[in-house]
Amino acid sequence: MSKPVIATASLAGCFGCHMSFLDIDERILPLIDLVEFNKSPIDDIKKFTKPVDVGIIEGGCCNSENVEVLREFRKHCKVLISLGECAIMGGLPAMRNGIPVRECLEEAYFNGPTIDPAGPKVMPGDEDLPIILDKVYPLHEVVKIDAYLPGCPPSADLIWKALTSLLEGKPLELTYNLLKFD
Amino acid sequence: MAKKIVIEPVTRVEGHGKVTIRLDDQNNVAESRLHIVEFRGFERFVQGRPYWEAPVLVQRLCGICPVSHHLAAAKAMDQIVGVEADGLSPTAEKMRRLMHYGQMFQSHALHFFHLAAPDLLFGADADPAIRNVIGIALTNKELATRAVLLRKFGQELILATAGKKIHGTGAIPGGINKNLTIEERDPFLKGPAPLDIETMIQWAEDAVEFLKDYHAKNKDLMDGFAAFPSNHLSLVRKDGALDFYHGALRAVDAEGKRILDDVDYREYLNIIGEEVRTWSYMKFPYLKFLGKAAGWYRVGPLARLNVCDFIPTPRAQKQFEVFRAYTGGKPNNMSLHMHWARLIELLHAGEVIRDLLRDPDLQKTELVRKGKKRPEGVGLVEAPRGTLFHHYRVDENDRISMANLIVSTTNNNEPMNRAVDWVARNVISGKPEITEGMLNRVEIAIRAYDPCLSCATHALGRMPLSVELYDAAGALLDRKTR
Repeated sequence: MSKPVIATASLAGCFGCHMSFLDIDERILPLIDLVEFNKSPIDDIKKFTKPVDVGIIEGGCCNSENVEVLREFRKHCKVLISLGECAIMGGLPAMRNGIPVRECLEEAYFNGPTIDPAGPKVMPGDEDLPIILDKVYPLHEVVKIDAYLPGCPPSADLIWKALTSLLEGKPLELTYNLLKFD
Repeated sequence: MAKKIVIEPVTRVEGHGKVTIRLDDQNNVAESRLHIVEFRGFERFVQGRPYWEAPVLVQRLCGICPVSHHLAAAKAMDQIVGVEADGLSPTAEKMRRLMHYGQMFQSHALHFFHLAAPDLLFGADADPAIRNVIGIALTNKELATRAVLLRKFGQELILATAGKKIHGTGAIPGGINKNLTIEERDPFLKGPAPLDIETMIQWAEDAVEFLKDYHAKNKDLMDGFAAFPSNHLSLVRKDGALDFYHGALRAVDAEGKRILDDVDYREYLNIIGEEVRTWSYMKFPYLKFLGKAAGWYRVGPLARLNVCDFIPTPRAQKQFEVFRAYTGGKPNNMSLHMHWARLIELLHAGEVIRDLLRDPDLQKTELVRKGKKRPEGVGLVEAPRGTLFHHYRVDENDRISMANLIVSTTNNNEPMNRAVDWVARNVISGKPEITEGMLNRVEIAIRAYDPCLSCATHALGRMPLSVELYDAAGALLDRKTR
């Protein structure tokens, strides 16, 4: 039987969820034998080359590129998981949702105390920069999501347990210590 | 026909990035840029939040070295509650240092073993399928196990001091929220092996020796690749020692002349300015007295070892002397020597951790001090990738009214662009065909500075890259994907 296929991505997150994944520590070595990685930072597969069993996504959608990557994942993954608070509800970056984007940009590029007040006002804007969305969107507002793993970040044990439960086809038992993350 | 090469994505973390290289009719490089394509807006959206939230909010900039942001914000908030950096209780300062050096330990291990080692072990032109950390695990299980356990040891220290491995809560304005019990401490000192501090120090020293050996066998690559002169900036302790947690700002030029010395970082606005360029969301800092064109500088392990006078632990100091002697005591301007400097710092962090673990102050109970409230605070630390600036103002209702952050990666913005440009001009320029190995060399250059950019992803392996060739009219001529 072929090994289950996994894909991962980080959108508007801080990469802490992927770091928490790394915190499974020694369990990484057997995991490499248990599963096959497709499109993921773990390898060089940029475009999906086969159907994926489990897609894991960290971070919400804050720009047009995030939305494109997310839709690609939905198209190719049987099960799609929102990993962590940013994926589930926008998380900390969504704190900007009540503020017009322009105000955020002006604060960073016009008003900052290290910006030369006498110099020309320069705002980033270039064909090589993607379009920032008006708000940061959780993943399930853009595509259908099958499972949610909470935490900022979700603990390594939760990620490990969720993965092994999925691979074994068993229901995931969420005990208190796996859900309490702060 | 003029062409543009696009390498995207270069990252998926705090700076999503891409590289563009523009070629003229003869395939010579006309211009190259590292674009940071993501914008978050922290400076604005933390406004209105109570000041004590800053250390837990702002660390969510980056899940790779959250402790750095946690502590830089806490140091700024110490001032808001009226406590100077040297006014913390010994327990609070030492707990924070233990957290920070634990962070340095895990991050440097991650950066070197998971990120840089695949390029060094397999070579820049090796099959991308094995040139990653899985390739290491499959071909050298011993090294892969060390990589995992070195990082684990640092992460466990963060857990013991901050309460969580990622996005903890240990530091609070004026101090810390817990001490370290004997039960928490002993496993770090005593193991079981190999997860004890003496083994960790030995493994760190082995890593330095590994790199020196690699250097001896690959001098042309290590010394020549993306080498260019620059200024160097870092915090140093009052006596000139390497210090990651606290000190004064010092800078040297490419020849070693001190161009900035003993500057109180709370006065950073007099020294540092930032330029905005339309093609990147990441600003370009510069030393004001040198101006925008000449005032750029490097930060991080290489800069720190160029700026400090000595390392205050014996085994790292011995390695530092070899490192310094290699350039005759002058600043080292070779980008790939960043890895050498990083491993010496890994060793130093291990030695400091051992000394701290043996310090009985960690079991004492004075955790927090308070003074007269102030409306403004500036906190700096040396994060794994370089000097990190946090600056806040707070209104009369204890709410943040201004936040200015200059993160390590931002400080290295210009040097990383120069490194990319070096590869473009020396490896890609004038060649009829672009190979995967050439693309990887672009990554290797960025990777020396920052895994957050070269892809924190790199934690797990390598970033995917696609290169597209366009003609001047924007028509796609060729595409290579790996």
